[in-house]
Amino acid sequence: MKKPVYGMLLGGVLGVFDGLSALVSAPEVAPQIAGIVIGSTFKGVLAGLIIGWFARKKNSLAAGLVFGLAVGLLLAYLVSLMQKMSGQPAYYWEIMLPGGLVGLIVGYATQKHLERPARAAS
Amino acid sequence: MTRISDAALTHLRSVAFADGERYSVIEPIGEGGMGMVYRALDTGLEREVAVKVLRAPTDAGLAARFRQEARVLARLEHPGIVPIHDAGVLADGRAFYVMMLVRGQPLDARARELRTLTERLRLFQRICEPVAFAHGQQVIHRDLKPANVMVGPFGEVLVMDWGVAKVLGAAEPPVSSGGDGVHTGHGTVLGTPGYMAPEQAAGVPADVDHRADQYALGAMLTELLEGFDAPPAVRAVAAKAMAATPGARYGSVMELSADLDRFLDGEPVQAYPESAMERLARVVSRHRTAIILVLAYLLMRLVLLLFRGP
Repeated sequence: MKKPVYGMLLGGVLGVFDGLSALVSAPEVAPQIAGIVIGSTFKGVLAGLIIGWFARKKNSLAAGLVFGLAVGLLLAYLVSLMQKMSGQPAYYWEIMLPGGLVGLIVGYATQKHLERPARAAS
Repeated sequence: MTRISDAALTHLRSVAFADGERYSVIEPIGEGGMGMVYRALDTGLEREVAVKVLRAPTDAGLAARFRQEARVLARLEHPGIVPIHDAGVLADGRAFYVMMLVRGQPLDARARELRTLTERLRLFQRICEPVAFAHGQQVIHRDLKPANVMVGPFGEVLVMDWGVAKVLGAAEPPVSSGGDGVHTGHGTVLGTPGYMAPEQAAGVPADVDHRADQYALGAMLTELLEGFDAPPAVRAVAAKAMAATPGARYGSVMELSADLDRFLDGEPVQAYPESAMERLARVVSRHRTAIILVLAYLLMRLVLLLFRGP
């Protein structure tokens, strides 16, 4: 399996879990849970793809963690911004903290697992 | 190391090599059981080489073993084994062969510069590769020890001194004299005390197979672990390689190396049955960062839950 695919799968699974956890942290959003889970999953898949691509290019755990955190925070910030623009509370902490940590986890996993593709001889 | 006299060196320099003075001796650099090793210049290719010259041309046994050493080296084409370039006979009848001039440090000197256990184990594994290759070619070194392993400036490993090597299935050259108490033939002892397997020390060459080299590797691994608070698992690997009976050792040198791979990868090793607590500690240690990240996520969720607004 390639790192971007692995990142997408892991990001997607964590995204589903992250979306569902809103039922615990903010029960009032229960009526919108399907949309939250779909959005969170999409965000996780996108983050996983980007972070997995980065892991394929750069072999460094520290760089992978920083990049994963940055991507997770950025995508979560965009989601918060969309919330705000649609007239709802932005939930910065509630969305960005888990998003950042999910990015960290995906960044770690994509660096630690699976081999990078071998470079072709020039 | 015994130094030869100036007169002997002058004499050697004056002796023409059989193939047209291609090699010009510069200085003696070592002495083995069978002969002297010189640093020399290959005038044809303009590079420095090592030339090993048989000590006594009249000793038929020594000459046979010397030729076998050259043939063994020629047979073992591997990056971790000193390559032989040429062989011949000097004008005074002494056999010689030419090999790569090895630049580097002996294993023990190099190991002292390595500060982590992982570095030392990786270095040890690089020694296992050429030894395993030789075993695949039916050749047993029989005198593996730190002094016979050189480590180059880029970490490359070269296993040297195959003078007492045994070729499985081939007739053993007759008894000869040698340094370090190393002798050949039935009823005599081959190897170096401390690195010699019990069956090798018993002096019956027929009982010695590739597992004798594994014993020597186990002894070298034990030395490499000195100065470290090495975990029981890796000590067990060395102990298994040094088991008194060959049957209790690993099946091959590559199996020994693979067990070290498992240790380095945080997996259980064959040689050490760990307790439940040791297994838990190993798994936690192996996945420490992942566990911290998941715990951080759960903690963050808990904090958000506790501090969420009304």
